[in-house]
Amino acid sequence: MASLRVLVGCKRVIDYAVKIRVRPDALGVVTDGVKHSMNPFDENAIEEAVRMKQKKVVKEIIAVSCGPTQSQETIRTALAMGADRGIHIEVPKGTEENLQPLAVAKIFAKLVEKEKPDIVILGKQAIDDDSNQTTQLLAGILEWPQGTMASVVEHSDGKLKITREVDGGLEDISVNLPAVISADLRLNEPRYATLPNIMKAKKKKIEKMSPEDLGVDVTPRLKVLKVVDPPVRAAGDKVPDVATLMDKLKERGHI
Amino acid sequence: MSMRGISLLYNSAKSSRLWQPAVRAMSTTSFARGIFLGELREQEIFPYPDVLSTDQKETISMMMDAGHAFFQNTNDGAANDTNEKIPEDQLDEMRELGMYGLMVPEEYGGMELTNTMYAKFGELTGEYDLGLGIHTGAHQSIGYKGILLYGTPEQKEKYLPRLASGEVFACFCLTEPSSGSDASSIKTRAELNDAGTHYVLNGAKIWISNGGIAEIFTVFAQVPTVDAKTGETKDKITAFIVERSFGGVSHGPPEKKMGIKCSNTAEVYYENVMVPVENVLGEIGGGFKVAMNILNNGRFGMGACLTGTMRMLIEKSVDHANNRKQFVSNLREYQGIQQKIAMMNLLCYANESMAYMLCGNMDRGAPEYQLEAAMSKIFASQAAWDVCDETIQILGGAGFMKDVGIERWMRDLRIFRIFEGTNDILKLFVALNGVQEVGKLFKKQGNMSTAIGILQKKFLGGGMGALKTKVHDDLNGSVLKLQGDITKFHVATAEQVMKYKKGIIEQQVVLNRIADSAILLQSMAAVISRANLAAEKGDVSELALANAWCGESHQRIIQLVADLQNPHLTKVDQATLDVGKMSLDSNGYLAKSPVS
Repeated sequence: MASLRVLVGCKRVIDYAVKIRVRPDALGVVTDGVKHSMNPFDENAIEEAVRMKQKKVVKEIIAVSCGPTQSQETIRTALAMGADRGIHIEVPKGTEENLQPLAVAKIFAKLVEKEKPDIVILGKQAIDDDSNQTTQLLAGILEWPQGTMASVVEHSDGKLKITREVDGGLEDISVNLPAVISADLRLNEPRYATLPNIMKAKKKKIEKMSPEDLGVDVTPRLKVLKVVDPPVRAAGDKVPDVATLMDKLKERGHI
Repeated sequence: MSMRGISLLYNSAKSSRLWQPAVRAMSTTSFARGIFLGELREQEIFPYPDVLSTDQKETISMMMDAGHAFFQNTNDGAANDTNEKIPEDQLDEMRELGMYGLMVPEEYGGMELTNTMYAKFGELTGEYDLGLGIHTGAHQSIGYKGILLYGTPEQKEKYLPRLASGEVFACFCLTEPSSGSDASSIKTRAELNDAGTHYVLNGAKIWISNGGIAEIFTVFAQVPTVDAKTGETKDKITAFIVERSFGGVSHGPPEKKMGIKCSNTAEVYYENVMVPVENVLGEIGGGFKVAMNILNNGRFGMGACLTGTMRMLIEKSVDHANNRKQFVSNLREYQGIQQKIAMMNLLCYANESMAYMLCGNMDRGAPEYQLEAAMSKIFASQAAWDVCDETIQILGGAGFMKDVGIERWMRDLRIFRIFEGTNDILKLFVALNGVQEVGKLFKKQGNMSTAIGILQKKFLGGGMGALKTKVHDDLNGSVLKLQGDITKFHVATAEQVMKYKKGIIEQQVVLNRIADSAILLQSMAAVISRANLAAEKGDVSELALANAWCGESHQRIIQLVADLQNPHLTKVDQATLDVGKMSLDSNGYLAKSPVS
């Protein structure tokens, strides 16, 4: 019987296909006029929630996004994929890059207090800052079990069996609900929104709040000193034999 | 084409609006008509239409994302072309996506998109797969458009839900073996049975897109109609909604075509098909108007669709030019290549500007747009062909190879100059409409000498005053060119009307020059308006494009006007036409081999 309620996070990030350019002030990347979309791992998160709803395990999906006004589009995409309603935690335009994982985790913790979901699913990491922290921080604040880097999630009797993708291979764990999960790419194949669902999504509710409304201080704790392009890959050297290779490696101090 | 044919086209193709205007109603005159009268009708082109609300912009943006994902991940245009088919399970996905009911009202299960939103979404098929675009377009843009425009509430209720969901497909059945451009000469007949309950339909249609897969047919047939006044019985075309399930409907095998191969094209045969009288679409005897309005209403789609095609081709050309090195540099360094790339951009920009001005004006409630629609169709189809041709040229031998993927676009694009009204006919339609306007003007002015006097004044630099609209300073030069060219064009056209009078209808060489000029003038107006709106919003990057296009167009218009006014050219034209007639009389090429 569908009884569980799920809170899913989705972040608006620069589209993965865009060629990134470092800003002239070297404190970030150019975002103006650049195509943005939902973070790919968050698509996996939403998709998993929708599948659980289709399996009648979940009865309500709430999509949450923290960001500027345009984050609403991200929430609408989640609604078009099958989420039931949305919550937009709005921050002033331009300040979204200062919204760091600890602040987001605190916001989610407050929302959990408010909405009392059984499961929180987030994307494993956002492709702009690659932090992979929010899930873990949130679980810590809530003192909930966590299943991160999930590539399989199965529910039975108030427990979740989760397969995690770890460096050594796969790890199966079992967690009690309520729990926090982070979705990995191989968790599922996200659906694209159909046009009828896009139209239906327009009628679904999106609640708007600010971090202050939740009593959360989002002041960044980390300061970005510099953002630079990765070094241009230099051409390699071809060597005729192993002896020469050893010499060159010694020369350059690698051995 | 006969005078009767042209005037039928003109009188019947007054616009049918699908949408309530979102913004204030426009004035009731068309910019294109004004060109022929020497008028620059500012209020029709400024400001450039910006008809989408924030909500609609967000919706269409999400739809485009979904569309791109579908075309990139699921559809394989090259495979569809090779197999001459869209896979059946993919059709199911397209149904789920909602691709078959884009403009149907929500109450019948459609997306209820405005013309502008439909046009934007249509860029996707232009970018990825024209064959698929014709399949969906034949279904909704013309196949069941008649039900949207003319259907009774009962007809809409009965047919639209299944058509919008794509459960069944529709097609537009007008063309016959002996009736292509000359649509009013069709021979398919529908005669009322004695009981007065059904029309018995007999005939054959050819080259019907979706003909082999459709369930619902919009069929045009001659119905013997008694004239209320004279009591005479005459054949008049009537439109019908015909279901395959009525029995007697069959179709031929899929035609093997040069392009758009995955789109089904077939002959359709009607043998004693019993069509209930409730299935008459529109008025009995009003079928020709229905046909022309359906085509007119859907024409805006082509300009937008082909914008997607041209943009894609430009990207491929630029990529090749930037990376391919021959002799000492990359191709991009050579003027010949730069000129080609430039023309592609200008053609795409001019086309896009006209296309979105057209559908934007339709959405704003313009009651009349058939000239602008015809101009847009002519321009788009020719421009896309030229852009593709030059893309292949830039790519060289690679452009000719199947695997590279460009040659398929050339094959797909050829039909766009032919169907939905051949460019040849549409040019005559534009010119003769304009010429009729001039004729009406002369009637108003009284006698010929008054008319000549007025013309002379205009020609000698009476000229137009400054525009009331505040236009960006950098566009002033182009505005002046446009004003001057409209005046000169009007004078030259009026002179032709004076010279040939009613006989102008036979002077297709002259009419084509008139049409070509009018289309270029319309395109200048569109780019100026669009670049101006962009500049007002803070983006001045389009000014250079607009001015470059106006510069190019101005040169061509000057030449066309000079040709119209050049008395010697009449003799040159005649000599050339005589060669044509001799060839037609000799059944072929006129000269013997130099080696016989």
